[in-house]
Formats: sequence, C-alpha cells, structure tokens
Amino acid sequence: MSAITRAEVAHLARLARLDLAEDELDHYAEQLDVILTSVARVSEVAADDIPPTSHPVPLVNVTRPDEARPGLPRADALAAAPAVEDDRFRVPRILEEEE
Amino acid sequence: MSAPIPYAEAVAEFEPVIGMEVHVELGTESKIFCGCPTAFGAPPNTQVCPVCLGLPGSMPVMNAMAIESTIRIGLALNCSIAEWCRMARKNYFYPDMPKDYQVSQYDEPLCVDGYLDVTVPTDDGPMVVRVGIERVHLEEDTGKLTHAGGATGRIHGADYSLVDYNRAGIPLVEIVTKPVTGTGALAPEVARAYVTELRDIMRGLGVSDVKMEEGSLRCDANVSLNLPGAEWGTRSETKNVNSLRSVERAVRSEIERQAGVLKSGGRVVQETRHFHEDTGVTTPGRSKEHAEDYRYFPEPDLVPIAPAREWVEELRRGLPEQPSVHRARLAQAWGIGDFEMATLVNAGVLELVEASVAAGVAPDAARKWWAGEFTRIANESGVEPASLAVTPADIARVEELIASGALNDKLARQVFEGVIAGEGTPDEVVAARGLAVVSDDGALLSAIDEALAAQPDVAEKIRGGKVQAAGAIVGAVMKATRGQADAGKVRELLLERLGVSDS
Repeated sequence: MSAITRAEVAHLARLARLDLAEDELDHYAEQLDVILTSVARVSEVAADDIPPTSHPVPLVNVTRPDEARPGLPRADALAAAPAVEDDRFRVPRILEEEE
Repeated sequence: MSAPIPYAEAVAEFEPVIGMEVHVELGTESKIFCGCPTAFGAPPNTQVCPVCLGLPGSMPVMNAMAIESTIRIGLALNCSIAEWCRMARKNYFYPDMPKDYQVSQYDEPLCVDGYLDVTVPTDDGPMVVRVGIERVHLEEDTGKLTHAGGATGRIHGADYSLVDYNRAGIPLVEIVTKPVTGTGALAPEVARAYVTELRDIMRGLGVSDVKMEEGSLRCDANVSLNLPGAEWGTRSETKNVNSLRSVERAVRSEIERQAGVLKSGGRVVQETRHFHEDTGVTTPGRSKEHAEDYRYFPEPDLVPIAPAREWVEELRRGLPEQPSVHRARLAQAWGIGDFEMATLVNAGVLELVEASVAAGVAPDAARKWWAGEFTRIANESGVEPASLAVTPADIARVEELIASGALNDKLARQVFEGVIAGEGTPDEVVAARGLAVVSDDGALLSAIDEALAAQPDVAEKIRGGKVQAAGAIVGAVMKATRGQADAGKVRELLLERLGVSDS
C-alpha cells in the first residue's frame, strides 16, 4: 500500500498547474511515496510530547517597526513583466470562454 | 429560475441564518511584510517593492503594529488572544497575488471566540442581539484587478486583465461571526447593525479609516433559510456589499430569492453571489470549477507569533471607551432615549450628529437634520448620509440664520438643498437663490389683505372670534410668499388687522 496514489499526484499536479505526462505521474508517485513513508517513520518515533516543527529556528515575535520607506521606482517594478499596459501588469485572460 | 417572493411572506415561512465576514484594512503606515507605504489612491504600482511583488529571494518581516492592532480588535470584540500562533500560506492561482499564495492564518487565528452586542430598533423598542465572533485573523490584502476587453468591465468576457499591486500586502484583518440565528424578519437589520457597530469600534480603536467606499471595510454576507425546527439550509455567500445600506439590502434580497427557490421546490446552491448596488439584487458569481483546495501550510518565512500575556493585558487596559458606553453618555447629554439613539446609529448618522453638536449646533436640531432631511436626501440619491456635501459648520450657520429670524425651517431646507447640490456655502445659497424671510410688514400686510379678500367667509369667521380659522389665511400668505414669511409673524399681523386677540 503506497502512501500516495497516482490519482492524488495528478490532483496535486493540477492544483500546482504542473502539466505532468503519464510517465512523469508514475515517476513522482513513486518518489513521493518514498518521501512520505520516510516522514511517517519519523512520526512513529515522535511521541505526543514532541510538537510538530514548522520552523527550524526556535524564535518567536520577529517584527519590524511600522515605518514606511519608498519602494521601487515604477519602471523598475514593471521592468521584468512580460506585458505592461497603463502602468499595470498585464496578465492573460483569467476565465476561459465557456465560463 | 423561480421568482423571488415578497419579504414578509419569505420570513413568515422560513427562518434566516446569517453570518458575516468582514475584512478591515489596517491603517498602518507601512505594509504588513515590507516598508511600502499604504496611502489610498496612489498611481498604480508606485507603492511596491520586491517583497510585495513576490520577487525571488525577498523575505517578509512582520509589521509590529499589524499584530498590535489585530490583538486590540480581538480584545474589543471580547475574544481570547492566542498564546502562540502562526501565519499560513493559502495557495491559489489568481493574479491578484504575485506570489501565487496569500499569507494568511488558517487553523491558528490570533483571536478567537468573542462576541459583539448590537442594538436594532423594533416596534417593541430596541432589541439587543449578541453576535458571536468565531475568529479574528491577520492576513495580507491582494492587488487590484481591472478587466479589459469585455463589455462590462467584469471578469466574464474579458480578454485580459491589468494588475495594480499597491494594495497587495496591506495588512488586512478578517473578522468572522458565528452563525446568527433567531433574528427572523430582523435579520437584514441585524446584519447592518453589526457592520455599523464593528465600523464604530474600528474607528474608536483608530486601527483603520473603515471607509466602505474606498474598500478599507469590506463585507461578505452569508445567508441560508430553513423551515422552523428543520436543519439549517444551504448558504450562499454574497460579496461586493459596499455600503451599510447595501448590507441590509443584500441580506433582504437573498432571503427573498432563496425563499422563491425553496417555495418552488428547488434547492439553494452553495455559491458566491455578487450584490449589485443599482438593482439591489444578487447574481451568481464565478462558479467554482472544483472544491477549494488551498493546501494551507505554516508560512516558513515568518516565525510564530507569541504575544506575552502582560502585553495583551496592557493593550486591554488601553482600549478606548466602547461605542455602546460612548453612546450611552451621548444619549444622556442629548436627553434622548435608547430608541432615538438606535435610530441614529442605524441611519449611520451618529458621528455626523456628534460632529455637528461639536460645531455648536443644538443636539435636537442636529438630530432633526441628520435623521430627517439629510437621511431622506441620501436615500433618494442612493448614497450614505456621510457623503453628502454638507458640513457641521454649514448646519451651525443655517441654525444661526434660523435663530436670527433670517430663515425659517422651510427656507433652511432649500438652503441645504443648494449646499448639497454644490451651490456653495449657506450664505452663498441664500444670496444666489434669494432666500430670506419676508419681514417687511407692508409686503406681508398686502399679502394678508389679498388672502382675506380671496376668502371672505374665512375672514368673517375670524372676525366672529373663531381664531383657529386663521390657519387657512396664514397658509395662503405663506403660499403667496413662497414660504419666505415667518408664519408666526403673519398670524400676529393678521389678528391685529382683524382686531381680534389670540386666546
């Protein structure tokens, strides 16, 4: 029994907008299975008294004071955009025709 | 598609359950994760930097004031403040965020489990409804999209879209209520009263300018209907509700629509709907191609937030007077009751009355203008009273003119009509429109003589001692002088003319 099904990998790929070929789905399903199984083994060892770690550094409350400073000049902000119109980033159609 | 059914019928048969989701943009100087300024209305993409544009290698750092403001909001809403919580990434593909995720909070909101008491006026007097607060969490606002190429400027049919990221990264607080039940036909008013109260609290805290018209306070309304005793129905979520008035209208229209669907044997679909200010109805929004799957996970670039208890208590002690306490104080000072106060609050004119009183207007007069004439004009033009072009100083000036006898009530209304229409200050409107009480006795006497001649039978009655008949003559004189006479003065002159005394 693998830790992740091929259908789940296909679902995740779609959510991440990755266009995976059939053989790639097999390939990643296999690799992800190894990763998940390994993580599951760590979970077996970690008892309830060990909280899940989301941050490797034991720090809390890192903040900066609320002070404004200028950002990028607009030309620089837009420089790397594939398309610009009216000083805005131009992006392709969001909804397909049929919707 | 089934037709909506009239509101009274809808609420006689079904019980509404409502829930509100309010987003408040915090009024911080800088964005949540970077130092970009947050001023409204700046030219597109002039308040952006590598962090809020999601450029590779940039790292967010939390704005201390955003945390503080969120906690203060939570405390004002009687919430518990988390001892430890994290930000989370909400993953989705939509160009309003350049990173393809929004940093928000998921299962560890900063504030949970509070409540807010709101008052709605009813025929049986003011009713207090306790609205439960599910959570208050902190997130970043998204960029602003403009859809191009379509006929309507909407996303449907657009060829492409343009994005301004000035707003992306402005700290945003989301406040979610628990489901509100048992309000029956009052549900739309409760929804409005809740958003009004919330807005006043934000203003009192000074954490946001809460301008609905500029989007710094945005509201989504969830509505479902069920038969009495039955399980809750399927809910719809109405977005684009951009004024206090619209909150009430949107909930009401959704109740009518859903009742129509249910009555005709249909099923309410769980969907996002859009409210249209012009028609007052909701239409289905973008259908979701598949169930939402945001794959939230703890934000790895930001460390956990662990507000010290002493600090939270210090913030609690520093909270301003609650709006309800503040209102009680005003009610006492102005000599009005709960009902009158609730009416002012729900008409959205309380702070306007307050400002007018501060400018020297008598409380009764300030209330009369705002709750009466100005609310009527605002409703007719479909705007909020606050956006009318009349200032507390204008009201003070007009009241001064009334007190001096230069204007009467009717003329004052015309002066305000001119002021609101942008014709200038009250004095300019008075001059331009030639509005002034006719106090020249000669002019009044000739108008009185004409009126008496036109109604000899009435004149006879008055001469015979029926003083109450004088009203008809006074009315005729007021009409002849187009309201520019002082009615009291006319009456006095009339009785003198006829040689009868008043009483």
